[in-house]
This record gives sequence, C-alpha cells and structure tokens, in this order.
Amino acid sequence: MKVKVKLESSASRSHSAKKQQGLTFQDLILKLSEFWGKRGCVLQQPYDVEVGAGTMHPETFLRVLGRAPYRVAYVQPSRRPADGRYGENPNRLYKHMQFQVVLKPSPADIQDIYLKSLEALGIRLSEHDIRFEEDNWESPTLGAWGIGWQVLLDGLEITQFTYFQQCGGIDLDPISVELTYGLERIAAFLQGVESVFDLRWSQDKRYGEIRLAEEQQLSTYSFDLSDAKAIRAELELYEKEAKNLLEGFSQAKGADRERYPLLGAYDLCLKCSHLFNQLDARGVISTTERAALMARVRSLACKTAAAWVEQREGQSLAQDSEVRA
Amino acid sequence: MKSVPEDRAELLFEIGCEEIPAGMLPKAETELKTLLEKYLGADGLLAGASVETFSGPRRLTASVSGLRLRQSDVVKEVTGPPRSVAYDHVGAPTRAAVSFAEKQGVSLDQISFISTPKGEYLAVRQMIHGRAASEILAQILPRVIHDLSWPRSMSWKGLSDVRFIRPIRWLVAVFDGKPLRFTYGDLTAGDTTSGHRFLGAAKIRVRHFKDYETRLRHNGVIVRPAERRSKIERELAAAAKKAGCRLHPDAALLDLVTYLNEFPTVIQGNFDPAFLDLPDEILITVMRDHQKYSALEKKTGELAPHFLAVINLAKDPMGLVRAGHERVLGARFADARFFWQSDQKCRLGDILPRLERVTYESRLGSYLDKVERLRSLARWFAEQWFNLGISEAHVADADRAAELAKCDLATEMVREFPELQGIVGGLYARAQGESAVVADAVYDHYLPASLEDPSPRNLIGCAVALADKLDAVAGCFAVGIIPTGSSDPFALRRAAQGIVKIILDRKLTVSLSLSLMAAGKALHSYPPKIALPKGKEAQILEFILDRARFFFRERLGFAYDEVNAVFRAGADDLIDAQKRLEALRSIRKSRNFEPLAVSFKRIRKILEKADGLAVERQGIKTDLFEHPAERDLYSAVREAAAKVHGKKRAGHYREALEVIAGLRPAVDRFFEDVLVMAEDEAVRKNRLGLLAELLQEFSTIADFSEIGGEGAW
Repeated sequence: MKVKVKLESSASRSHSAKKQQGLTFQDLILKLSEFWGKRGCVLQQPYDVEVGAGTMHPETFLRVLGRAPYRVAYVQPSRRPADGRYGENPNRLYKHMQFQVVLKPSPADIQDIYLKSLEALGIRLSEHDIRFEEDNWESPTLGAWGIGWQVLLDGLEITQFTYFQQCGGIDLDPISVELTYGLERIAAFLQGVESVFDLRWSQDKRYGEIRLAEEQQLSTYSFDLSDAKAIRAELELYEKEAKNLLEGFSQAKGADRERYPLLGAYDLCLKCSHLFNQLDARGVISTTERAALMARVRSLACKTAAAWVEQREGQSLAQDSEVRA
Repeated sequence: MKSVPEDRAELLFEIGCEEIPAGMLPKAETELKTLLEKYLGADGLLAGASVETFSGPRRLTASVSGLRLRQSDVVKEVTGPPRSVAYDHVGAPTRAAVSFAEKQGVSLDQISFISTPKGEYLAVRQMIHGRAASEILAQILPRVIHDLSWPRSMSWKGLSDVRFIRPIRWLVAVFDGKPLRFTYGDLTAGDTTSGHRFLGAAKIRVRHFKDYETRLRHNGVIVRPAERRSKIERELAAAAKKAGCRLHPDAALLDLVTYLNEFPTVIQGNFDPAFLDLPDEILITVMRDHQKYSALEKKTGELAPHFLAVINLAKDPMGLVRAGHERVLGARFADARFFWQSDQKCRLGDILPRLERVTYESRLGSYLDKVERLRSLARWFAEQWFNLGISEAHVADADRAAELAKCDLATEMVREFPELQGIVGGLYARAQGESAVVADAVYDHYLPASLEDPSPRNLIGCAVALADKLDAVAGCFAVGIIPTGSSDPFALRRAAQGIVKIILDRKLTVSLSLSLMAAGKALHSYPPKIALPKGKEAQILEFILDRARFFFRERLGFAYDEVNAVFRAGADDLIDAQKRLEALRSIRKSRNFEPLAVSFKRIRKILEKADGLAVERQGIKTDLFEHPAERDLYSAVREAAAKVHGKKRAGHYREALEVIAGLRPAVDRFFEDVLVMAEDEAVRKNRLGLLAELLQEFSTIADFSEIGGEGAW
C-alpha cells in the first residue's frame, strides 16, 4: 500500500473545515451525558465543594473503592487557582469543566466505546489523527495514581484516560477506568475557535459572556488579594476538624458506626486541598513546605478512604444483594 | 547436523495491547527475542531456529522460523543404590531395590547394573520421547509474556489478575499453520489479529508470519519498525525539499515517532511567521517535546515557519489533520509568547529573592543559598585563572553570571518548559542587556549534560558550570547523599563527569583538591553552613578521579594500566595528567620501556617485602658499594634524576620518560650482578635505599610498576 499526501489540495480545503459550526458547549455536555447515560452510567451532578479535578468528587474517589460495580458520569467544574490568567490567556483557566466518566469494573472494549463517544460528537475518526499517548496520572494529595494516556486529537489533548490502580492509598480491586474529557478543548476543536472565551456556550451566548468575570475576579483574588495568613488558619481549622472526625470513627460502634459521617470528613479534606491550592497560587509555599502540606492532605484522604472501606464492609452484604436485585 | 525441512515449522506470536508507551518498545522487542531464545533453548528447540521480533504501539510480534516439530528422543540413565545394599547375600531384592524400581516406575527385571570405581550400582535406562513442539510452546509462551519486564506494570481487571505494561487485548499464536491454544489471564490465544484502529479491520485471521505481515499492511499496519523508520525518513526529506528547507536533525525524535505510529505519514504544516521572533530554542522545544514535530530550517540556518508532523494515517485529503495540528501549535506558541512577555515584566536579577522559596535540597537550603555559594566559587575559579594571566577571566563577570544562573527557575517559561532551564535564563539575560559573556555563561552553565554534549563556550560559563557541579557533589556528599550503583537521584555522577569533561575540553588549569577546599569553604561560610569533613573531601576527590579515569579510558582511549600508572603519580591537575598520559602512551612502544616497567615492578615487590620503602634516602653510602654495577646504577640514577627534573619542569614529559627508559641497561646489570638481600645488614640496607631512591625519583610522572602484567588488557 503506497500512499502519498498531496499537500496543495489539503491546504485549499482546510478553510471549509473551519467554517463548520460544531456543537455548542451545552450541546456537547448533553451529547456526552446521553451517550454515557445509555451505557448504564448514573448521570450525577457536579460536587458542591471546590475541587481541583473530577476525580475528587466522592462519586469517583469513594466509588472506586471496594468491590461493588458502578458506572457514573458527570460534569465537574474544576478549580486550579495557579492556572488562572485573569482571563487574558486564550487557553488557560482558573476554572475549567471536565466531563468525568467512571466505569467499574473496566470493560474490555473501553477504548472502542470511548472512540464511539467521539463519533457521537460528530468527529469522523478516520479523518483525524487520534492517538493514545503515554501519560500516567497521579494525585499526591489523594494518594491516588493510575496508568493510561492522554488522548490526542490532531495533536490536541482532549481526554485523560486512566486505569485507576490506587486511591486513598488503597490498591483497587476491581480496577476502574476513568475518562476525563476536557470540555473547553473539545468544544474549541468542534467549533474551530482559537480562544476559549469565543466558544459558543448556547445558541446566543459565548463562554466569555458567562465566565470571563469569574476568571478575572478569582484570578485577582488568588494571586493578589487573598489573605495567606487567613487561609493558613482556615486550613489548620479544617484539618483539625477532619482529624477529630476520623478519630471519632475508630471509637464508634454499631449503628453509630454505620452512619458515622465519614462523608463530612471527606468534605473537610477537600476544603484543605483547595486551601492548599490557594496558598500555592499565592506563591507563599516553599518546595519543602509544599511536600509537607501535601502529605498532610494525603493523610486525611487515605484515612478517610480506609475508614470508608471499613464502614462499607459492614454493609456490603446487604448492598451487594441490592445491586444484584 | 542434517536438517530435514519437513521437520521444521514456523511460529508466529503476537501480543496485542492497548497503546504501549513508544519509548519502551525497542527494549521490549529485544527482550522478547532473548526470552524466546532462552526458553526454546532450555527445551532443546532452539538449534537451527531463528527468532525475529518486531513491535509497534499496539503489538509485540515474534516470528520464529526453522523450529523443530518435536524434541529429540533422549536416553536417560538414573543411578540407584549400590548393588550390595539392594540385594541380599542370596541375591534377593531388598527394600532399597523395590523402592528404587517403584520410584522410577519400572519393574525389577528392567533394572540394570553399572560399575563405577566405587562399586556396582543399580541403574534404570529409559528412553524419553521428545515432546511435540506445539505442546512445549503452549507452555513457554505464557511464561514469555509474564517475564517481559517493564518500568511500571499495571492491572486492568483486578489484583488477582495478570499484569502488563498496558492491557493485553488479544494473543496470536500460530505454529505450523495451526493456532496454538493457551490462555493468559482470561485471554485465549488464537489466529486472529487486529488491524490499525481506523485503517483496518478489527479481526484478521492469519496463518504464518508472511501472511500476517501482508494482511496487516493491507489493514494499515507496517509491522517492521525499520520499514516505518525509512518511510518517515524518506517523507521527511521529501517534504523538507519541497518546502525549500533543511530538516532540523533530531535522532531521538525519529526513534520516537517510529514507535508511536503503526502507519506513519508525514504532513507539513505552517505557523504564523510572527512567532519567529521567539527564540529558536523555545520554538523547537515546543515543537519537539510537546507536539513531536520536526522543525525546518531555511538554507540560511534560521527557522522556517513550517513544521513536519508524523501522523498515524495514510493521508489527510481534506487537510483536517493539518488544520488541527496548526491550531494546536499556534495555541502552544501563543502560550510561550505569553510566558515570554509576562516574564519580561521583571528583570532576571530582580527574581533572585524569589529563589528563597525554591528548595534545592532540604539540608542544603534554597536556591538562593545555592546562588551565594555559586557566586563565591565561580569568583574563586575566575581569580585562579586571572592570576595565571588569562585576561578574560573577569571575576566580576563570573560573579554576575552565577548570580543570574538560577533565576530562570522562578520564571513562567521554565515552569512550563523545565527542560529549558539555563537556556531561558541566558536568553532573558541577553534580551535584558546583560553582556554577551554573562548571557552565554548563564545559557551554558548546565552543560555538559552528557559525554556527547559540548562544554560551555566561554571561560565564565566554565567557571559557573564547574562551580554548580562541584557544589552539587560536595554539598550532597556533605549531607550523606552518596550515589550507589542503583541510585543517584541528584545525578552526581553526571556532575562529576561534567567537571572532568569541562577541564579537559577547555584545557583549564584546575587543582581538584584546592577547588574542593573552596567548595567546602563556601558550604561552610553561607547558610545553612554545612561542614565538609576532611574524610568526605578525600571521598569526593576519589569520586571525581574515578570519573576522570573513566573519561581517559573510554573517551580518550588510554589503556587501563596507563591511566592507573599516571594516576598513582597524582592527578590533581587533569591537564597535567593528560600530558603525562600522552607521553607515556607514546613511549611505551619503545624498546627499553616495557622491560624497564617489569624491573620497576620487581623493585616495588622487593621493597614491599623488605619493608624498604621506609629506608632513608640520605642513607646511601657509596663506600658500602661492592659491585661496579651498584656504583654505575647510583651515578646513572643521579645523572638521570637531574635531567628528568629539568625536563619535567619544562613539561617535556616524553623526553623525561626517555631519560628514565635509558636507565634500563644500568638497572638490568644491577639485577644480574648484585644480590640485593645481602647477608650484611648495612650493605643490604644500602642497596634497598638505592632502589627506593630510584623508585621514588622516577615515579612522579607515572608509576611504572603499574604498567603491563595483570593490569594490562
């Protein structure tokens, strides 16, 4: 098979490709939700505590633990204060939207299903350079890591594709697969726009109209006006409360133990993680301190995960039979 | 051995995977071959067979031709208990005979006897019929998959299941045209492979390797990496020519794209020429490291606003892929420009205080602390050279370059492109009006990162680079971070190698021991004020000298014994050591030299045995000489010593060595005529003293007793 690329003809036609409308940002979310909803996913909602990634949503972090099968999909606005650019950079955001899919256990044809989801968005697979390029994922604050790729679409990273190996310091069994679609990037590709702020969110509203103020103000807050001293104090407070709660679990017995608010402890852990990110963006953490702070947050996450597994085990028989029914 | 073609068959084996990281494939390909050869060999199937292996992102393939269909039959003899134990005095079998027969699964009448020097023993001879290769292969292949080693394996189902680098999704094993059945995890091997994700069919039945290769080609997969590579090379060259440009060469990138694609095709894209005012280094890094694109240069050497991407498709008829890649690269460049502009808001020197927050090593303080040490050490080097009359060794330049060297660590650009540390600092320094000498020194100070890398281009760069590396080695040793065979997290071996390479590349006069003292002083003078104990200093010196030995041997081609001989005479000044090595190498082929070296070895042995190295030199009394040979040697030594001193001082090592080699007749005669270990103690001591003087006098260029013998190879 001999194939030659004709460069001239491709140049003239590439302009027509740019004119394509593509899905609006909200239609993109609807399409993905529909696609994964049909494949047995619970369509969840974003978590209501600040998180840096969809993985931190309890629907991922806690659901991948233990043996019970689960499939879930949701949008998660993810805050990364250090990535903020005051809304001045066309590609960088303080807050971006992830579409998160978790399948537990991981199906054998998951790559094919994933590629079908791209087709569902109107991407013709044979016309594009789609590849799975090595990119292992790790979250030191969650004690979590996985093996996988970033999926590149004509050189653009559109999805993080990860086989979760460990979460909260616990080896996972069975293995879950996590797909994290970068919604802004995919929308920019589909719509052929250069700046995220020019994306059409709906038929008549642009991304910038809806989100620019947030980018400007939250960047200004995080980089210039946040009170590092206050944030440090808040971090200490949240951490202390989380620790106390986790200690209480070890004492709890019977029904109290079954209902013990580990989810409350996890929320506090997420708060700590976000406050840590705030301090980091403010540039007040040295490298050594950063490692130490991350270890503190990780310790909360790992303890919560271990306690959660223990608590679930008490109820697992009942829950397993419910799942089967 | 005669080979009968009908007895031979071919094995096709393929492990089908989700995308394996490209960088790991070449090694896996080799290991697959090694493992197959190992197991086939262990089962007596390798003779006459040949194993070839190939790999691509979604598959590891082996083709074994000339495999025998069966193992040979072998006669196996098992020896049992002595006959005297197994049969009693009337010849009836005892318990020992019965249980031996039972164990071997034979009846008593099948037992034979063998005579050995220790007497007669029971034996059983059995014919072991060779097993069918198909049966053995079905056992070997799962082991091969299991034994392939990866930097970090994973599980994709659960903890109790098999592990691999990425999920295995299919297995092909066809022997002699028929599928081999075996399982691995929950997969069963068969004769069905899978084509390119988008260009081929998902299920393709194959009968043998040739068939496999052809069918896969029709399904968008080029099985042989060498063929993929030549396709890429050909298309890159053609595209460059068509654009009227030269390809920016990059062997590592070519390797990578060869293993990233099953059907590589080169396309050309363009970018906005306005980005060309960003430095080439940044543009190339973005293209190569982030997008795996090759850069194109105009005939004049500057970058052209084009790039070549290798895509995993046969064609891009509508230019969609090209448009996508162009958009992504444009966004990347826009990012880089944003970082460049936002970094320019602050002068490089003004960033310095921010380094306080960047930890170098917890016990060695921040980068701000490190910069203080760097400055002091770089100044010290410059001062040494300036005092030797090297006028460009300005202390102020060294100080300024060291001050700025690490500032780019706190820039947005380096945070985004860590591989550009140093380079970014150099570019910013130049853009902000620092002198070319200082800017180049900052730019170069991480050099050389490998034996192939050049050393910094100017003397100030060398001062900062030496200071940086020496501080790393001294500091880490001081706090107990000492490299071991398997662990060297601060890359201290590379740093030490860099020190050696800079000194030798640039012919710099550097006393290693004095520099180390200066590094120790800097460590102790600035916070966090770490002490470098004397014992550690010696350890570091030996660590650096070890790299120097390696460099002289592997890089400059000196023999093992030459390097040892010269280093025994001291190698504190590596340039001087190199001159002595060259002199030694040039003279060792001369007639007198090797025999003299043998004599030196003999002298050393005699002295060691007699503890004579401690004999006082002044103690030589000419009146105690009994033989003319003693007197002759004495005067030859005195005469030669004076000449050697003069030649050495002038740096004429070759001539000095010639003078020493000229001692051979006198030394030979001495050993022929004189018994060193004389009865009379005074006479004996006098002779030992003469030999000791000879050895000491002439071992300052090289210790000849190291030459030849066990050390030479």
